Amino acid sequence: MSDSKQKIKLIDEKGLRVDGRKPDELRPISLKVGILKQADGSAYIEQGKNKIIVAVYGPRELHPRHLALPDRALLRCTYRMSSFSVPERKSPVPSRREIELSKVIREALEPSIFLEYFPRSAIDVYIQVLQADGGTRTASITAAALALADAGIPMRDLVVACAAGKVDGQLVIDLCDEEDKEGEADVPVAIMPQLKRVTLLQMDGSLTKEEFQQAFKMALSGCMKIYEMQKEALRREFITIREEVLKAAENNENKNNKEKEA
Amino acid sequence: MPFFVENKSIVAPGDLLAEGEYRAGDGVLRYNSKFFAMYVGLVEVRGTTISVVPLRGSYIPQVGDIIIGKVIDYTLTTWKVDINSPYIATLSVDQAINKKFDITRDSLTNYYNIGDALIAKIIAFSRVEPPIISTRDKGLGKLRGGMLTRIHPTRVPRLIGRKGSMINMIKNETGCKIRIGQNGIIWIYGKSPELEYIVVKAIRKIEREAHTSGLTDRVRELIRKEKEALRGGSNE
Repeated sequence: MSDSKQKIKLIDEKGLRVDGRKPDELRPISLKVGILKQADGSAYIEQGKNKIIVAVYGPRELHPRHLALPDRALLRCTYRMSSFSVPERKSPVPSRREIELSKVIREALEPSIFLEYFPRSAIDVYIQVLQADGGTRTASITAAALALADAGIPMRDLVVACAAGKVDGQLVIDLCDEEDKEGEADVPVAIMPQLKRVTLLQMDGSLTKEEFQQAFKMALSGCMKIYEMQKEALRREFITIREEVLKAAENNENKNNKEKEA
Repeated sequence: MPFFVENKSIVAPGDLLAEGEYRAGDGVLRYNSKFFAMYVGLVEVRGTTISVVPLRGSYIPQVGDIIIGKVIDYTLTTWKVDINSPYIATLSVDQAINKKFDITRDSLTNYYNIGDALIAKIIAFSRVEPPIISTRDKGLGKLRGGMLTRIHPTRVPRLIGRKGSMINMIKNETGCKIRIGQNGIIWIYGKSPELEYIVVKAIRKIEREAHTSGLTDRVRELIRKEKEALRGGSNE
């Protein structure tokens, strides 16, 4: 048993990881905002092989009514893994893990939102994992913050998440599925980068105090890199429309000038 | 007193806008002497006040707003009206009709029925009470004929334009009657459905390009082109 575990080498002689990354290298990330027409806000994230869609509805009328809070909106989060998201078919019944992750993600997002602006209403966040490859909770938080901003919900700051961990005795960031399962430790961290607040901090496995501090620092630097991408993704649509308009105006001007010359 | 962003630039929530002695306007969060954006939106600097105009978001009722809503339910003495906001509005009989209302003889559906579109005014709304609307003022009440369309509530000021410049231009160019609800619902009544569709097209363009400058001229151009195409089509 222990022999078969030993066989899997997560870090090769050159110090590269199973997918060829350096220890402090993130997986390729792509972020898209506003992909769903019916939702008030939506986002899509691809982080390595992770593919996650997040939809935000609200603030909207809360049903059932008795859940309403008199002084603020109710934030509801649903994290769901598609049955085809993992190699072995996952039962579509919400598992214990999914329910727990829903709660953990909700608590990571909650401090960033001005819930008190919308008393008695509800904000719903639906997270659908289409393909899972380790670190779905961090990717979900990153995408959910984007979807919330896209819905125009007032926020103190965006929320970014990134994990750090230990595999083969080496500290690394943004663990993939294999590293997550075979590695020694995993530390997911979510932060509000401008306000410098931590909204999620978990640890699975074991690290020494020094290792933990180092891993935490590495996760933070990963977060800051993803944060830049988040901001870019939010602005992209508006900036492209603006550029389009400017270009069209320029073309028009050129046309007019040519006509004048002719 | 440094500024970290330019006027009219697009920001994301949490972006640091400025540091120093300024005043925080709408959509801006102040921490000590630092100013952060709360929405995805446009930065607006007026004197020493910094604000962020949101480009996304739902309609939050404000007392005095004229809105367009749809009747979704009624009780013995009130209608429930969907006003495209997180809160459902209440319209009571005494705020809707001028004569005395006798529940034993009369029914609310004789006035407004489920599915009717209403143009109304918000007369009360606060953190503790749902919005209350009235249709008693002049020009308010049931909308008949024409068509309804939506625009993002945050783009409504852009559709109206400075002192109504944009909307007046659209009205003049197409000859349509247009009523705009602050909640982003728009009623259009024209001589023909084709003209109404041109207005819808113009509204779509405004919605998409709300954050760009020189929009009025581009929309005018669009309407004239569409009108020409319409004329050409009818001649054939």
